Amino acid sequence: MNQKSKQTSDLDQSAIDVRAFIMANYQPYEGDESFLASPTDRTHAIWQQVLDLMKEEHKAGGVLDIDTERVSSLLTYEPGYIDKENELIVGLQTDAPLKRGVNPFGGIRMARQACEAYGYKLSKQVEEHFAYKTTHNDGVFRVYSDEIKELRSAGILTGLPDAYGRGRIIGDYRRIALYGIDRLIQEKQSDKKYREKQAMLEGSIGLIEELYKQIDFLHKLKDMAMAYGHDIGRPAMDAREAIQWTYYGYLGAIKEQNGAAMSLGRVSTFLDIYIQRDLENGNLDETSAQELIDDFIIKLRMARQLRTPDYDELFAGDPLWITESLGGMGLDGRTLVTKTTYRFLHTLQNLGPAPEPNMTVLWSDALPEPFKRYCAKMSIQTDAIQYENDDLMRPLYGDDYGIACCVSAMRIGKEMQFFGARCNLAKTLLLAINDGRDERTGKQITPSLKTLGLGEDVLSPSSELLEYEAVNLAFDKMLDWICEKYVNTMNIIHFMHDKYAYEKTQMALHDTDIHRYMAFGIAGLSVVADSLSAMKYAKVKPIKDATGLIVDFEVEGDFPKYGNDDDRVDTLAAELTQRFITKLKMHPTYRNAEHTLSILTITSNVVYGKKTGSTPDGRKAGAPFAPGANPMHGRETKGALASLNSVAKIPFDCCRDGVSCTFSIRPETIGQDEATQVENLVSIMDGYFSQNAHHLNVNVLSREKLMDAMAHPEKYPNLTIRVSGYAVNFHRLSQAQQLEVISRTYHERV
Amino acid sequence: MLVQETLEAYDLETYELDAYELEVYKIETLGALDGPGLRTVIFLQGCPMRCQYCHNADSWLANAGKGTMMRALSLYELVLRYKPYYKDKGGVTFSGGEALLQAKGLLPLVKALKSVGIHTALDTSGSIISDDTQNLMDAIDLVILDIKATDEALHQTLTKHSLKNPLATLATLKAQNKPYWIRQVVLKGINDTDAHLSQLDELTAHPTRERLERLPYHSMGQEKWEEWQMVFRREF
Repeated sequence: MNQKSKQTSDLDQSAIDVRAFIMANYQPYEGDESFLASPTDRTHAIWQQVLDLMKEEHKAGGVLDIDTERVSSLLTYEPGYIDKENELIVGLQTDAPLKRGVNPFGGIRMARQACEAYGYKLSKQVEEHFAYKTTHNDGVFRVYSDEIKELRSAGILTGLPDAYGRGRIIGDYRRIALYGIDRLIQEKQSDKKYREKQAMLEGSIGLIEELYKQIDFLHKLKDMAMAYGHDIGRPAMDAREAIQWTYYGYLGAIKEQNGAAMSLGRVSTFLDIYIQRDLENGNLDETSAQELIDDFIIKLRMARQLRTPDYDELFAGDPLWITESLGGMGLDGRTLVTKTTYRFLHTLQNLGPAPEPNMTVLWSDALPEPFKRYCAKMSIQTDAIQYENDDLMRPLYGDDYGIACCVSAMRIGKEMQFFGARCNLAKTLLLAINDGRDERTGKQITPSLKTLGLGEDVLSPSSELLEYEAVNLAFDKMLDWICEKYVNTMNIIHFMHDKYAYEKTQMALHDTDIHRYMAFGIAGLSVVADSLSAMKYAKVKPIKDATGLIVDFEVEGDFPKYGNDDDRVDTLAAELTQRFITKLKMHPTYRNAEHTLSILTITSNVVYGKKTGSTPDGRKAGAPFAPGANPMHGRETKGALASLNSVAKIPFDCCRDGVSCTFSIRPETIGQDEATQVENLVSIMDGYFSQNAHHLNVNVLSREKLMDAMAHPEKYPNLTIRVSGYAVNFHRLSQAQQLEVISRTYHERV
Repeated sequence: MLVQETLEAYDLETYELDAYELEVYKIETLGALDGPGLRTVIFLQGCPMRCQYCHNADSWLANAGKGTMMRALSLYELVLRYKPYYKDKGGVTFSGGEALLQAKGLLPLVKALKSVGIHTALDTSGSIISDDTQNLMDAIDLVILDIKATDEALHQTLTKHSLKNPLATLATLKAQNKPYWIRQVVLKGINDTDAHLSQLDELTAHPTRERLERLPYHSMGQEKWEEWQMVFRREF
């Protein structure tokens, strides 16, 4: 206690540094899960109330209630409770559980449509208020060029955050617990004063205004907590306060912003310091420690945003990506696993499996073996965990980074990213083949290849087959052109987001000087790799319609397919990522953000597939892409490890924003009993990550179970599965998405 | 990278890996049941037995263009690609078909893999006995012996083969104190009683017997059966 108090008072003098506090005070835990406690009656009772509400929400078509009268922000609603007397951690987004607020800052149309989709009407006063207000969406469309609009509506640049909050920013919510809001305000005020002395130019003026907004919202955050009876002006004094203060930060963020991914960061080891101290003081026992975590997780599971059905098609199942990064290793060689890391994962048992928070284990070869086994066991039992390679990320991001959304690493409180959605490269390839015409409509989307500098029309040679070299050259030109538009599009979106929907709460919980990433993305990687391979190793004959548009392909002969650990095609995939990021880097970014790239599609691989014609790999028009960096299902013939080895070859150096792989395997395929299954799953992850692979979603289940769940949803109310970078309740997927998930490869013993 | 590093660790010429080709039925890179740990399972083409319940009847015919010819060196490299997953237990398992049919070509591959620390297992019916198979058995780390039936008549009925060779193979394993697993597919109404189990147990008991597994029969091979239009068809 004394030691801790001393630490805290030292902190008053020094700069904001949560990591230093963690490293000086945390206790690594290398034991197993046997210490964990079961849920209390209180937890059961509260959770049951929430489950009942969730059932009603489901019955009501997915949305329980909407407050259409007010605009969501930190101080909009009176305090809300589930069961005021019995809650340990308090705070709801609105004044009632699961009631959704309206957040039109991204775009009023989206908010209006979302209300209407669920039978509500946005109130007159909100409509009137926003009639005189520029939203992020308004701003973007004032500047979009015709070419960008064309690429957008053809589904080439797709899933763009231009009508909703961009998200993928992690506030360092721990700072509130450690320093108290008053200290954070002081810090920001002195940053502002310092900058006021500098030359007033576009950059510095913009930053000073941002600091003004940050300070304003720190005050609001303090008021928000005060309404619940807590003074977060001062640091947290015990475990309960530390959790509560941290949660207030997160709650403020999701009241203010409806970003696609609103991740939590890396709080468990930080919180463990407070819990451990209370346990040592005798102020807590294990059961009450677990109870606090359980209550915190219940709150996180209730977080909701109001979305339109179109949005749900891209990101199914109402996700918020409340990603919590667990475990990993410290730069000093100690593990960052603590007992509270276990307590977080244990909620999957105490409260049952659920998609949120998005439990993300930072895997390292050096993690304590009992922890590896516990994670594997929880994966087998719940299918709710994803794994990311700490040994790959730690050298780049240090040991206090967190994952935003699915796979995006950033130093907590020191770095943020501009979310860049993705470019449909399968469709880009088809544009190249069709000289810039959309294969579905025949419309000219890009300039012809001749205009782009190809001397002759490479695509009408004497042969009636597609020639790999020629198509590849055309594809390259097309990529050049599209990369420029893609970077410009991102620059516009993020300029406008900063201008009209700046994340005041979250950015207040960052350093004032931060590093920014601009995270671009690829959709359709495996489709393109296989298509290039088909042209290179087999015979691909294009089929034209009456107007000369190539609408289909006949493939004769076999060709190497991505997912079989075959270098001939795996290198095509790897090279494509290198080509793409190199081209993107040729174009300057808004606020000098660092270009990064992800291979991640969430559930949007279904929608992107729908918008893409037949491809030279034999995929038919409208058929879904494989998710993320996964091989196309059904094309893997050598088993699961060959498939994983192919994915492991995608270079993380080119894809610093993550390479997502979703892996589904039948339990009996990895061993006859649970002990063997656990051991083998650990070996799979150790083997995969030791080859510098980045990410793995693990599902241990059978296809039959999902088919049965589709037919009898009532039998599997909590069936959770990992899709692409997040987990989802199976029943929140659309039927098309359910069918796609079922048709994926389930590695089984033959 | 890994493969290249390890390639230097052995002398290519010593094992003549370039001199042999093997006929492969298929490859499964994630095997977790045919031996300890995670294993690369190489199913070799060709089998003398004609088990009624065979899942892979299309692996029976050898040298008939049914399998894929692969150089031993390619297989060596392939097995090493999965070394990161083997850890201290896993490795490679040669299965079939009947791997013993290609014992001669398999031997240098097994020796080469062992020389770089890969655990080797052989999943066999023990139905072939020759100098080549004996040499292979000597080299291999673990034998998984599938005893189809413990009684001669039933063995004949189920496999169209005598039990003599499998029993001789078993005797050799015991004499050599070779680590081995015993397996039997359990067929409803045929060999599913406790008496059958204890008979199998007694017959195969030995200090180096590490496991006795009875596998439930799945009708997975049924479609392949139909494809092959085998005369004899029976649902157990």
